[in-house]
Amino acid sequence: MSRRVFLQGLFATAIAAFAMTGTPRAEDHFITLASTTSTEQSGLFEYLIPIFTRETHITVHVVAVGTGQALQIGERGDADALLVHDPAGEQKFVADGFGVDRRAVMHNDFVIVGPKADPAGIAKTPDVIEVFRRIAAAKAPFGSRGDDSGTNRMELRLWKDAGIDPKQGGSWYRELGSGMGPTLNTSAGMNAYTLADRATWANFKNRQDLVILVQGDKRLLNPYSTILVNPTRFPTLKTADAKIWHDWLVSPHGQEVIAGYKINGEQLFFGDAGK
Amino acid sequence: MTAASILPLSLSGLSYSAAGQSLLEDVTAEFHAARRILVLGPNGAGKSLLLRLCHGLLAPSHGTIRWNADLPRRELRRRQAMVFQRPVMLRRTALANVEYPLALAGIGRAERRHCATEALAHFGLASLAQRPARVLSGGEQQRLALARAWVMRPEIIYLDEPTSALDPAATYAVEQAVQDFHAAGTTVVMSTHDLSQARRLADEVLFLCRGRLLEHVPASAFFEAPASAEARAFLAGELVW
Amino acid sequence: MTDFSAALSLAGSLVFQLDHRLIAIVLLSLRVSLLAVALASVFGLPLGATVALARFPGRNAIVLVLNAFMGLPPVVVGLTIYLLLSRAGPLGPLGMLFTPTAMVVAQMVLILPIIAALTRQVVEDLWEEYSEQLRSLGCGRAQAVPTLLWDGRYRLATVILAGFGRASAEVGAVIIVGGNVAGFTRTMTTAIALETSRGDLPLAMALGLILITLTIAVNGVIQLVSQHARRGMG
Repeated sequence: MSRRVFLQGLFATAIAAFAMTGTPRAEDHFITLASTTSTEQSGLFEYLIPIFTRETHITVHVVAVGTGQALQIGERGDADALLVHDPAGEQKFVADGFGVDRRAVMHNDFVIVGPKADPAGIAKTPDVIEVFRRIAAAKAPFGSRGDDSGTNRMELRLWKDAGIDPKQGGSWYRELGSGMGPTLNTSAGMNAYTLADRATWANFKNRQDLVILVQGDKRLLNPYSTILVNPTRFPTLKTADAKIWHDWLVSPHGQEVIAGYKINGEQLFFGDAGK
Repeated sequence: MTAASILPLSLSGLSYSAAGQSLLEDVTAEFHAARRILVLGPNGAGKSLLLRLCHGLLAPSHGTIRWNADLPRRELRRRQAMVFQRPVMLRRTALANVEYPLALAGIGRAERRHCATEALAHFGLASLAQRPARVLSGGEQQRLALARAWVMRPEIIYLDEPTSALDPAATYAVEQAVQDFHAAGTTVVMSTHDLSQARRLADEVLFLCRGRLLEHVPASAFFEAPASAEARAFLAGELVW
Repeated sequence: MTDFSAALSLAGSLVFQLDHRLIAIVLLSLRVSLLAVALASVFGLPLGATVALARFPGRNAIVLVLNAFMGLPPVVVGLTIYLLLSRAGPLGPLGMLFTPTAMVVAQMVLILPIIAALTRQVVEDLWEEYSEQLRSLGCGRAQAVPTLLWDGRYRLATVILAGFGRASAEVGAVIIVGGNVAGFTRTMTTAIALETSRGDLPLAMALGLILITLTIAVNGVIQLVSQHARRGMG
């Protein structure tokens, strides 16, 4: 192998690899959506986006992160639209001028899962505030997302309403600083209670001893909104395409598609548009 | 190559010490064109050191090295060559090894190929041109090193014990090469510990002992009537250090 | 052990079914990592060799930085590239964030110090062996850079493999700058991270086994080629 052949080979590899990466694809027409891990991990996007793409020829690139980070991505203009679940954070995002046209899309609900043995005795308690009080009283292990996500913010509101500051509570309250899935993995590993959104739970496979112990309280509703990132802030945003997505989600047809997503026959998201 | 010859080379008061130890002391000598100069002396006398100082691979602690022509370092280097006891071959073909110094000198591809092929043929290596240099035998590698020196048409070549690790046939080839360089007008400065080899090749002898130059005389004078007691003992085969 | 046997059989069936999503992920991983390695080599090899051979004030500081940066935390690299490529950042108008190109850049930044630092070591060792001979042949330190890079090519192949290993195993940086977008910037490692979060541990492990197998295959091919060539070259 002569040096020239070697160098030519190296060069050709680089060019080929570059070409492959840079190749325009059929779905070059895309928007970037910042959304939450819970939505991605529920499997909703894998079902929803291909239908949307077929109808509109727009591909949606989903960056799935915690709601706090999704809002941050929107603020920096790195996504064209958001689909998130933290009403208070969303209102502030729009009020601060980072986003426009916030609209309700759908909701699912949170459930409280925990070990079958239920050391805090919370099973089937209808009042979620009471549930949180019992867990604290029993000092039973509780796995918190601890990542400023929509779910984490919901959980912290519930502790506050229960008049408990869990961070002063001692070692039973464990802030895991991770997404919904990893939090469930860790909670399953240490037989801890945790708050989970129903869709992620339905899709979650590594349950070990965890089961749903509490559900149905109105406080546990989990509403999702779609927001367009403010097009006046960054000229390169793909707002026209993003608006097609945004409108499609809340259209009667989009709502029908959302309602059609089921796991094991169970509907996971319920349309909220127009409410 | 039309510029004035770089020879004679004048060494004056040359000393070299390392780590507080004096290895070469106050060497003064002159090397003229087209001479065969054999550097003799017991182990550790400073023979290799003297060659490296002349070639410019080491800088002297004291003293000066003056060339006849006042040329830039690079140009001076191009007019000298050195063959080491164990030459380092580049990981490429024998031919490419000989082309390498020509490429460094900025000579064009076609001329490089032509000169290198000729040099290989001169040293009987034509059939090995495309073989990787590192898989050649010790004797072949030493001939290749000579070809690599030859191709530059040096005015002076240093040979540092070039035959110490070779069998008689390969040794003969190296001695033949010394004669070829000599015939081409190149001054040969060669260290050896083989006295009969020195007798066969030398015009002049430099005798070093413990870092000092004890004799620099015509070869016949040295072998017939050495002036110093150390040289007499050395020639008599006694242990000298 | 049931977890591992489940993972093993799942890995097998994924491979034999030639699952098209798996193939897309594997190809993306390979081309991102290979391109990052190619670019990092183009810059890192001459840089490392230059640092090895050049003598200038502050050289020791550069060596220190290169060695220390071999252990750059991927998350920090990812975050830095993210802030640079973000629309709100200085390179925002390029629109590179959450694309494979951004992942290539991040991996290149990660492995450039590895390739440069290891190259420096290799070339410095070679210079020790070659220096007298090369200087005698009229080769200065600057000219020795290409000479020694070429003569050290077999050892440098290992250096490049080390870079490839780091690139293909890395998840922290690519998940931040690539966004783990399904079908677009999802690589083997980010897919493994995702499946782990979903609690689908057998699938995550199966992907992991495939990734390791791929890495072994790439290393094996290069090692074979290199050994074959080395035997020829001595």
